[in-house]
Amino acid sequence: MINKFSTTAADAVADIFDGATVMIGGFGEAGSPIELIHALIDHGAKNLTVVNNNTGSGHVGLAALIENGQVGKMICSFPRTANSTVFPDLYRAGKIELELVPQGTLAERIRAGGAGIPAFFTATSVGTPLADGKEHRNFDERDYVMELSLTADFALIKAKEADRYGNLTYNKTARNFAPIMAMAAKTTIVQTSHCVEAGDIDPETVATPGIFVDRIIHVENPLQESRLNAQGRTYP
Amino acid sequence: MSLEKNTQAVGWTRDQMAERAALDIPDGSYVNLGIGIPEKVARYVPQGREFIYHTENGLLGMGPTPEVGEEDADLINAGKKPVTAIAGAAYFHHADSFAMIRGQHIDVCVLGAMQVAQNGDLANWSTGAPDAIPAVGGAMDLVAGVKTIFVITQHTTKNGIAKLIEACSYPLTGQGVVSRIYTDLCVIEVTSKGFELVELAPNVAFDTVQERTDAKLLDPNNIAEQS
Repeated sequence: MINKFSTTAADAVADIFDGATVMIGGFGEAGSPIELIHALIDHGAKNLTVVNNNTGSGHVGLAALIENGQVGKMICSFPRTANSTVFPDLYRAGKIELELVPQGTLAERIRAGGAGIPAFFTATSVGTPLADGKEHRNFDERDYVMELSLTADFALIKAKEADRYGNLTYNKTARNFAPIMAMAAKTTIVQTSHCVEAGDIDPETVATPGIFVDRIIHVENPLQESRLNAQGRTYP
Repeated sequence: MSLEKNTQAVGWTRDQMAERAALDIPDGSYVNLGIGIPEKVARYVPQGREFIYHTENGLLGMGPTPEVGEEDADLINAGKKPVTAIAGAAYFHHADSFAMIRGQHIDVCVLGAMQVAQNGDLANWSTGAPDAIPAVGGAMDLVAGVKTIFVITQHTTKNGIAKLIEACSYPLTGQGVVSRIYTDLCVIEVTSKGFELVELAPNVAFDTVQERTDAKLLDPNNIAEQS
């Protein structure tokens, strides 16, 4: 019988290895799988390459993972946050690598990775420093730059509902990168606030089909990054 | 009210700049608004028109800021501020959201700027300073993919340095992408010939605008004489 429900967050992240590439869902705190990130901090895997739109805020969640020295490289579009000094300080000290990618190119690289497409051409970034050194081609009298797809060893994402097959729904703009990261990772680990029976999610409304999901943990009331930051909390 | 207006500095306020830009957006447009002054455009939809707002983090049909206490951490805009969704809104993932942008489905994008060149080049993501943390977000995708790019910006920096110039010195966001510029002093159309004056703000002289612009300001329609 197929059953993708895992018992604990610790079990779910136990095989994340040193040097792994980990895609982490979320746009700011919306969709950030904070309990899975904290489990990864407890687990301690190092020298990770992390793909996320941002670099976290305060001293919890993704910012805490970076602060804990577990991330060697960030691939993101917007590494600055008003209330976080963790990434900027490490970056200025030369202690963390940054691959800056336009947000749409980042999304498309992940989508392409999940769809088995090794590279594609886009007009985004042509004529800017972010296209330097990349292959260019002209189609219909417009210049395009070649971008390589992105895949990962693991994805950590947050869903609203999940069934045992791994079918997922999301909540509003917390969906963001989660569906494409689930496609692009070899192993996709989900935290959800609602574990439901197979069939409870209308097949017409499944946002991520279960084939893209490997493990699910239940976190009924996930922590909220902005609330923790308002309280000055840190992790661990 | 009129007294208050008379004591203000010459030109348009930020709200008036946004209101002026909104006048140029056709009914039924799909619109993406950048962070800052561009966000104000949503307050000035001309009567009888309907715009649908896209926010690149996965919402078409973005509504106004929620009431205090009604905020939802899972319902935010690209600036990570709480928003609402209108009746008839749709949520989608990031690749679909940027397909709307990069696939030229969004009609108008209103952005801020650090520099705009007379050929329409835009710089709005980095000063190129060595200690700066580079951050680009969706700006390069928007200028490459959206059909019409409007810029709303103060005509000069706080220190009076020109932002409308012959060639950008900061790293570009995109080449030849800007259609129109709305400043506190005027409206400018970017044409193949360069900056063309469309309208002067009340009590603003052509010479004042030219003085604060580091590129030739063209006036083929004699706007200067009409105002």
